[in-house]
Amino acid sequence: MLLLIPLIPFLGFLINATIGRRWPKSLSGGVATAAMGLSFGVAAMQVWHLWHLEPVHGVRAIEQTVFTWLQSDTLTIPLAFRIDPLSSLMILVITGIGSLIHLYSTEYMHEETDSEFARYFSYLNLFASFMLVLVLGSSFPVMFVGWEGVGLCSYLLIGFYYAKPSAADAGKKAFIVNRIGDFGFILGMLLIFALFGTLNFQDVATAVSQLPTEQHWGLITIATMLLFLGATGKSAQVPLYVWLPDAMEGPTPVSALIHAATMVTAGVYMIGRNAVLFSHAPETLGIVAVVGCVTALMAGTIGLVQNDIKRVLAYSTVSQLGYMFLAMGVGAFAGGIFHLYTHAFFKALLFLGSGAVIHALHGEQDLRKMGGLRKELPITYWTFLIGTLAIAGVPLFSGFFSKDEILWKTYESGHIVLWVLAVLTAFLTATYMFRLVYMAFAGERRGGAGAHGHADAHGHAAAAQGHGPDAHGGGHLHDAPPAMAIALIVLAIGSVAAGYVGVPHVLKGDNRIESYLEPSFVAHGAGAAETAMVTGGEGAPAEHALAAEASAGEHGGSSMEMMLMIFSVLVAGAGILTATYFFKWKPEAADSVAASMSGVHSLLLNKYYVDELYNAIIVQPIKRVSTGVLWKGVDAGMIDGTVNAVGLVVRGWSAVLRRLQTGSVRAYAMSLFVGVVVIVGYYLSAWVR
Amino acid sequence: MNLPILSLLVLLPFVGAVLAPIVGRGGRDQLVRQFALAVSLVTFGLSIYMWMHFDATSAEYQFVERHAWLPDFGISYHVGIDGISLLLVVLTTFLTPIALLCSWESVEKRVIAFSFFMLALEAAMIGVFVSLDLFLFYVFWDAMLIPMYFLIGIWGYERRIYAAVKFMLYTMAGSVLMLLAIIALAYYHQTVTGVVSFDLVDLYAITVPVQMQTWFFLAFAVAFAIKVPLFPFHTWLPDAHVEAPTAGSVILAGVMLKMGTYGLLRFAFPLFPQAAMAWAPVIGILATIGIVYGALVAMVQPDMKKLVAYSSVSHLGVVVLGLCALNVQGVQGAVYQMLAHGISTGGLFLIVGMLSDRRHTKIIAEYGGLKAVTPKLVAAFLLVTLASIAVPGMNGFVGEFLILLGAFRSPFISHPWLAVFAATGVILSAVYMLWMFQRVNYGPVTNPKNRGLRDLSVREWIVIVPIIAMAIFMGVMPGVFLKPMEPAVRKVVQHIVGAAPSMNAGTAETPAQTGTR
Repeated sequence: MLLLIPLIPFLGFLINATIGRRWPKSLSGGVATAAMGLSFGVAAMQVWHLWHLEPVHGVRAIEQTVFTWLQSDTLTIPLAFRIDPLSSLMILVITGIGSLIHLYSTEYMHEETDSEFARYFSYLNLFASFMLVLVLGSSFPVMFVGWEGVGLCSYLLIGFYYAKPSAADAGKKAFIVNRIGDFGFILGMLLIFALFGTLNFQDVATAVSQLPTEQHWGLITIATMLLFLGATGKSAQVPLYVWLPDAMEGPTPVSALIHAATMVTAGVYMIGRNAVLFSHAPETLGIVAVVGCVTALMAGTIGLVQNDIKRVLAYSTVSQLGYMFLAMGVGAFAGGIFHLYTHAFFKALLFLGSGAVIHALHGEQDLRKMGGLRKELPITYWTFLIGTLAIAGVPLFSGFFSKDEILWKTYESGHIVLWVLAVLTAFLTATYMFRLVYMAFAGERRGGAGAHGHADAHGHAAAAQGHGPDAHGGGHLHDAPPAMAIALIVLAIGSVAAGYVGVPHVLKGDNRIESYLEPSFVAHGAGAAETAMVTGGEGAPAEHALAAEASAGEHGGSSMEMMLMIFSVLVAGAGILTATYFFKWKPEAADSVAASMSGVHSLLLNKYYVDELYNAIIVQPIKRVSTGVLWKGVDAGMIDGTVNAVGLVVRGWSAVLRRLQTGSVRAYAMSLFVGVVVIVGYYLSAWVR
Repeated sequence: MNLPILSLLVLLPFVGAVLAPIVGRGGRDQLVRQFALAVSLVTFGLSIYMWMHFDATSAEYQFVERHAWLPDFGISYHVGIDGISLLLVVLTTFLTPIALLCSWESVEKRVIAFSFFMLALEAAMIGVFVSLDLFLFYVFWDAMLIPMYFLIGIWGYERRIYAAVKFMLYTMAGSVLMLLAIIALAYYHQTVTGVVSFDLVDLYAITVPVQMQTWFFLAFAVAFAIKVPLFPFHTWLPDAHVEAPTAGSVILAGVMLKMGTYGLLRFAFPLFPQAAMAWAPVIGILATIGIVYGALVAMVQPDMKKLVAYSSVSHLGVVVLGLCALNVQGVQGAVYQMLAHGISTGGLFLIVGMLSDRRHTKIIAEYGGLKAVTPKLVAAFLLVTLASIAVPGMNGFVGEFLILLGAFRSPFISHPWLAVFAATGVILSAVYMLWMFQRVNYGPVTNPKNRGLRDLSVREWIVIVPIIAMAIFMGVMPGVFLKPMEPAVRKVVQHIVGAAPSMNAGTAETPAQTGTR
């Protein structure tokens, strides 16, 4: 039954990759969307079933083995799926939001040819399938199948407009940067197998819970650091975040699904999945927290000055992912996953909203050419505003609850510096998001009808077909058509409502999501909890204690928590106000600030020159050494030089050989035949004797 | 089993080769093509029949035939297979019809001779894998070189003669050493037991003194290292591949390179176990250098075939590293990777061949934007590329993962470090393959010669689909291949490692467990 959840989209992929290419769009898009919807239905049924299970060893879980995939000596890897609270949340997000984005895509991608349309949906279905394998896999290798699979689909979808060199480059960059992370992931798996003799998540958690927490750099710390390297690749964290902004070359719904809501959260999920393991390596957790925080801040500053609507959202995604890692790093696993879940709604909404804008403007992505869209695109505007309020952390919207949870947990765990940086990031988030809203929707149109020529971003097919001026001309814009509007509205509702599963105790809520998820972050299995208790209450039990403390309402902290919450609301308000001042009331002030700090401005505009730096210190030297030293020097010079020198010695012999090469097959065949006769004759005579 | 199935497997293509000139008399090229294909298909069918009757639970040699041949010299016709050679025989019989079919149109001159050499090559290759007598093995080993020499020399590209001679001399240089070692070993057997014997099973049973082992081992290992090819003995390979016709490249990369790794596993390692254990770190280091080096040099190649050739240096380095791990996972991974590489690199050469059939160039810069022109060909290209870069779910991943796991845990090659360096191949393979893929297939069509190229023909579909299907099947159901080889691998590993009882930790418990506290 669990197998069906990834299998249905996989079948959708197979259909659209083969016969779907010849079908009309309504049919191929319909099949793909229906596959996702059906998968959502099965997932919902399974989760419903899960909720009604009696907990075993304190956890509800369903595990199913399909077959033994890989078996060699002591290594056995079954293709096994498992849902527990953590993965149940993930599959609902993936299939639910995935369905909406599929629906949206049927309209958004409508200008493609039939076969390109089917190709798009086949990739999208395949992505969903691998993503579900990733979260449902019960062991590292099965997760890795999904992990690399989603990377592959991301590669294909970023490069969907393959004729555009920048898109092809971006796809390749994404894959290769992800592979750097995967290098870490693979080594992490090897080390874990060497340490524990198993790669099953539950077994590893059970085994590690019997060990003391590593206070210094030990093998568990190294293993978790290697896994975290994988996470920085997949989830676009420092130093491997550079692929995600470029990934915006893909179609916008892809950015919404893969590069915002689901795939890029895989690293966060992976840490959550291995919470017990990571808890035993506090050094790693500290680094996770710092990396997350630095990424959040850095991406936030870059997002402040970007002019491409999708790039702003891309940096915002990197920044929000940083928050999630910060949460994981300070041990607030439930908080990190909570933010992952709310972020999936509002960021998917924001990307789809930006897609609706781009769609209406025929491919225009430059904020400087937008403006005044509020009146012309009301559905897009209002839903986008809701998403913006959610991400900015305005109370009553979902992002408020999850972000505040992270800020509070960071403060509570004693990481005051990180907390300050995170609050600063919250300020930046509110600022750049409202800057975006004002630039796109407020005021008057700056781009005018000239937007026709900008079809490059919206795909080659659109460019080829063009847009009849009769349909779209005259400055009158079309708001999101029904399929897109439904997706926007549903996600807008979600962006508000999703937060109410995690209302903190201090607001008289009962933070249900935390108590729901908590069993996924502690060790289970035969007697694991008891042994862990005996070994001294560190690691997993500490997590227990933390949860218990939190759920008890903790009198000492609650007034502090309340104060910080009010403070962070004020910070968000200040961010919004700053944006309002600079981009609504006094737009010229923004330019003058940019001009007065041109150094900083161009540093940010050029994304701290990190791409250029990587190119100069890594990519180019490797190419030069490979060509100049290894190929031309070692291979052609040293080795072949030696070989050819030896060759010179036997040249006389080869001259004889060359004379034998008459080029006539008959001569070759004859000589061969003579040779065979001689040899066979000799052997035969020997045999007879 | 009364049917001498292994002899039939060798004889069938050989007889086919001999009959080819008769069938093709009077220039009936098409008929001789069909005849050769039919013979290779029957051979393939026979090998599958053999697999169906193979006892996968046994580590013993099966379908054994043994006849006295030159009894005075201790030479016998002794053939038999275990799980390792079974799979390699099937790989050979699987790739040969594909290689024949891919040359259907591109080989126009001397079709009879081409068919003759291809079938003769198949017979010799199968012979190498089934021989259990060192002399017999050597006969097949050298016999194999001749057809390949002619395949490169006659049907190759511009510098074919240089490449063919280089290939021949390189390999012969190694072979001569091995021949001397084989003869010396047979006579050493006499000094121990009183009789000369070239029989592998006899030779396994004797223990060669440690000092002597080193020399024997090196003589064998160098011959096989050249064949693999192991860094720094690899420079014949790019030339041979670039100049060879597609069918030659497919067989060369697909099967013949595995002769080297097979030779290490079947002969060099188990015959001289102490030397193998002593030299495993050295060979492992060379293999790891080869992985990184091959990948880096592949990255900057302007010629597709050269790129794939260097990628083979890198991939075969992975295989050798797995062998050097000297534990079940490493060696199983290595054998698996031999098969996987045969499929995926064979596939890559087929794709390059298809492109070169259309455009008569292998230079990457000549292409660009093919996806818009030949979408089906590019889809096949993509799948083969993914297999080559070891995406999980395709064949390459299983082998690589097991090899890295084996190497990581192996005490023979100083535990994790070689595996760590080898794992960088994961990154580099993606770099060079995807970069090539992008330059050939993505972007706008810049070269007008690339417009209007035809997409896959029916024949080309039949060539490439089995490769892709096998690449996926091996990735999803690796057990089909891992199971039959496991007993044989375990036996070989135990034979090698058993020679030094103190060092067999790598196959048993996880040694690092204590290191955590």
